[in-house]
Amino acid sequence: MDMKTLSLVVALAPLAASVVVGLFGPRIGRPASHWLCILGVGASFLLSLIVWRDVQSGQTFNGDVYTWLASGDLRLAIGFLVDPLTATMMVVVTFVSLMVHVYTIGYMEEDPGYTRFFSYISLFTFSMLMLVMSNNFVQLFFGWEAVGLVSYLLIGFWYTRPTAIYANLKAFLANRVGDFGFVLGIGLVLAATGSLDYAAVFAKAPALVNETVGGWAGAAWSLLTVTCICLFVGAMGKSAQVPLHVWLPDSMEGPTPISALIHAATMVTAGIFMVARMSPLFELSETALSFVTVIGATTALSMAFLGIVQNDIKRVVAYSTLSQLGYMTVALGVSAYSAAIFHLMTHAFFKALLFLGAGSVIIALHHEQDLRRMGGLRRYMPITWITAVVGSLALAGVPPFAGFFSKDAIIEAVHLSKIPGHGYAYFAVMAGVFITAFYSFRMLFLAFHGAERFGGGAHGDGAHAGTGHGDHGHDDHGHGGPPRESPWVVTVPLVLLAIPSVVAGWMFIEPMLFGDYFGKSIVVRPEHAVLWELKNEWHGIGAFVTHGVLSLPFWLAIAGIVAAWYCYLVNPGVPEALKRMAGPVYTLLDNKYYVDKFNDWFFAGGSRRLGGTLSDIGDRTLIDGVMVNGSARVVGFASALMRHIQSGYVYHYAFTMIVGVFALLTWWVGR
Amino acid sequence: MLPYLSLAIWVPILAGLAVLVVHRDDDASRARWIALAGALAGFLVTLPLYFHFDVASGALQFVERGEWIPRFDVWYHLGVDGISVLFILLNSFTTVLVVWAGWEVIESRVSQYMAAFLIMSGLINGAFSAMDGVLFYVFFEAMLIPMYLIIGIWGGPRRVYAALKFFLYTLLGSLLMLVAFVYLYNVTESFALQDWYRVPLSLPVQYALFVAFFLAFAVKVPMWPVHTWLPDAHVEAPTGGSVVLAAITLKIGAYGFVRFILPILPDASRELSAFVITLSLIAVIYIGFVALVQSDMKKLIAYSSISHMGFVTLGFFLFSPLGVEGALVQMISHGFVSAAMFLCVGVLYDRMHSRQIADYGGVVNTMPRFAAFMMLFAMANAGLPATSGFVGEFLVILAAVKVNFWLGFAAATTLVLGAAYTLWMYKRVIFGAVANPGVGALADLSRREFWLLAVVAAAVLAMGLWPKPFVDVMHVSVTDLLAHVARSKL
Repeated sequence: MDMKTLSLVVALAPLAASVVVGLFGPRIGRPASHWLCILGVGASFLLSLIVWRDVQSGQTFNGDVYTWLASGDLRLAIGFLVDPLTATMMVVVTFVSLMVHVYTIGYMEEDPGYTRFFSYISLFTFSMLMLVMSNNFVQLFFGWEAVGLVSYLLIGFWYTRPTAIYANLKAFLANRVGDFGFVLGIGLVLAATGSLDYAAVFAKAPALVNETVGGWAGAAWSLLTVTCICLFVGAMGKSAQVPLHVWLPDSMEGPTPISALIHAATMVTAGIFMVARMSPLFELSETALSFVTVIGATTALSMAFLGIVQNDIKRVVAYSTLSQLGYMTVALGVSAYSAAIFHLMTHAFFKALLFLGAGSVIIALHHEQDLRRMGGLRRYMPITWITAVVGSLALAGVPPFAGFFSKDAIIEAVHLSKIPGHGYAYFAVMAGVFITAFYSFRMLFLAFHGAERFGGGAHGDGAHAGTGHGDHGHDDHGHGGPPRESPWVVTVPLVLLAIPSVVAGWMFIEPMLFGDYFGKSIVVRPEHAVLWELKNEWHGIGAFVTHGVLSLPFWLAIAGIVAAWYCYLVNPGVPEALKRMAGPVYTLLDNKYYVDKFNDWFFAGGSRRLGGTLSDIGDRTLIDGVMVNGSARVVGFASALMRHIQSGYVYHYAFTMIVGVFALLTWWVGR
Repeated sequence: MLPYLSLAIWVPILAGLAVLVVHRDDDASRARWIALAGALAGFLVTLPLYFHFDVASGALQFVERGEWIPRFDVWYHLGVDGISVLFILLNSFTTVLVVWAGWEVIESRVSQYMAAFLIMSGLINGAFSAMDGVLFYVFFEAMLIPMYLIIGIWGGPRRVYAALKFFLYTLLGSLLMLVAFVYLYNVTESFALQDWYRVPLSLPVQYALFVAFFLAFAVKVPMWPVHTWLPDAHVEAPTGGSVVLAAITLKIGAYGFVRFILPILPDASRELSAFVITLSLIAVIYIGFVALVQSDMKKLIAYSSISHMGFVTLGFFLFSPLGVEGALVQMISHGFVSAAMFLCVGVLYDRMHSRQIADYGGVVNTMPRFAAFMMLFAMANAGLPATSGFVGEFLVILAAVKVNFWLGFAAATTLVLGAAYTLWMYKRVIFGAVANPGVGALADLSRREFWLLAVVAAAVLAMGLWPKPFVDVMHVSVTDLLAHVARSKL
């Protein structure tokens, strides 16, 4: 098969499965449904590997499939660009998706929406593939919105829960705010270059560095800066960067498999991928890069803090995802695009692993998500425990796990960067290392170690919104027995994800960061080339690890782990004491910096108040009341006056005529 | 070659008359079947208009010309170009939908109901193909009558107020247009549109004519602030009436802009473009917020229509191929999407006899298939890519950014607002637990409703996935129109 056919099959196989299962799922039954979807995604994964191998041997593809719309010179097409960046994303997406598909058989076993769920996740895989394989901005936006749609459908999968349907609307709207910027960015790209094809746009971009666009109050802004910031606003929505991050924690209302697939490993990294794809544009605007750095650093640090105070196991992982996305964004900002993609990849493995592990715990405890009612699970769920340890070590950045390499590379890159804001970013990513290690081991210890706190009618309190017991029938069995290890469909994906969480780091760091892995798909200008500088210090994996172990981040991570160990296993009274000591700070964190409350009051409430005012005063009072019915009343009033004249008495008319004749005569004579 | 345009006009009208003639109160099914046959025949005769259309030509095609009133040089002159041809197909397609949609729902005066829609369909096709001012005016005014009757007879409790408001509003506007026609006749001694395109007009005259035309068409679109008749009309109209009103009659207003205002008054159009663009953006933003707080589903969709039509007028006055084509695509898409949304509300109304959002909640539990369809249409209404709703909005936003970044900025707010009001309504109506016993007792779509919505869904997706065939038809005519507008007439 040539590359085009191959790419088409990769993308369309999950779509075909999704459509068949979506339309006929209930009729063909559950096993047929999940096998069909697994077959589709499995085929996609295997073919992606072939594509990846071909790309490694230097083959790339850039071509259109069909013309979506043509208007004069402008041709908007659906087409594929398969280069190292795309191929990497394809393998990561289809691999994690395949794992999640298998896992879902176990996780959603008793859910009435079983076939619907499979249809959705296959549709998601198709959308995500279209996004990463696109060779133009239009299809990118197609995939962009389509993954948003599936995310919306899946967050609201348990549609009878008020919290779920609140969360999915919130997610869609927050993403739409990002898309608002994204569309404007695309518009600016088209206006400036006359094309929306990546290759054409990137070729013309360097000539645009001195172009300006009319800014506020007559100021002229750099066109490329405005364009890149607009595009990045889109990334902020999708990749949940402050202040558009608000939707991601709430998205945990969705079933856990999609939290792993969509809200950790793939969809939320679409923004990171997009900026990396747009590196030829971003490289041309220092201001935009600086903006990216600052936003990323803020996200990385502020969201990590929130991870500490969460008690819902999924929310801890969600905030850690936000924080890690911040790391990736910082890497983009300092022009270490390949480090961002590298971290994206390792993060996809270990974060999917952590989410699926959390899901495994949740099933074993009959949909209990509160860490305060877990503990000691390692005895009952050895495989889940071991894999969770692997995931946590990778997340905390302990060598030789994958996260160590990617995170350390980012920190080093920030250290070497000269972009405005790099100092702040360096502080943020350093402090983040300690907090990350702390909250991830806090979660590990609370869930798997220490005293057993589960069992004994722990259900049904409203302490946290995330653990509603939906209409899925897990609650009607096995409450009495001890937790059991999950079935093989759950544990096998865990093990398969644990492997790359261990090995992906040292396997890929050299080619991806310092070799020619990405080829021409990522462009870095010499003055931003921090990874080149880093390369000069690169003396092989052993040296990198030795250097890492001797430098601050590693010890911060170890300190975080030890602190968590002390606080949650050795002396469990410490967290409470700290909480009391840090009263206002804790309240601030517990309320998530009040961002949600502000948004609800200002944006949601404000829009409704404005709409109500416009509706009442604008439409009903002014337009309908004064203009429309007012003119009707004027007509009515005038005709009521006129009616007096038309009395029907001849002498009235004769009198009027005489008055009229006299008036005319007077005027005629006196003129 | 057959006179396809005449067939498109007269087949539905004659079918409507036939329905009236054979009507018997005790046998409504005969009226239904004749009406359906007439509507289908009316749609079939329009298909050659698309398939035999020469996309490489911007000239009038399928021209028919016969003397009508020689004394005043009035001709029965029909023809279509790339701008109008798609609307004839859209209208005839929609007629099939509304006849089908009213199948079991309308129980009283079935034959009159069906006849009104068929006759209106023919008249609308006439308005879209007339190339003579008087002929256009006759069709334009005549189609008010069936719609007036549809709202006034089969409508809701305040139908008389709504019908009258609708009628007076539109009549007021069109009377001024008649004055403009008479003026143009005095100048050119012809009612032929093509003569009017050529005649030089001074700027003050163009301004005066602009006001007259603008009022006629702005009311019909409707543009802010002459829009308030639309929510009332929609709320009171029966489902079929709302569908035609939103899908077709609004389009005639927008069509008037490209058929009359831009080519006859190019200088005034360019001078006053900022004015029209401002009103359009007010429609997009102001109406978006107003839609958010509506408690009546039909009112909400009516306001969303106004907001979407704001994109149409915005696109026209950007004077770029992308903008005008985006606007035309938006018109067709809105035809599908608004029709679908009103059909969806109709499905609910037929069961619950309420349009209030508060009376619903958790419909997905009892009507999953319906919920799936409405999800698709809601997403199309919110402009999601791969649905038709995206294409027009996207093109117009792209065109607007090209003109001025802040124009695009204002227009793009619809991404957030449109999603907010549509999905918030969807959430309150469809999602959640079953809100009351009424919702709990709902039956899912009947076979007829299912296929009705499936047909529209197919259209919405097809146009979203491959808009090229639609735009290809328009492109040359739009380019010609813009070249014409760019030339001064002073």
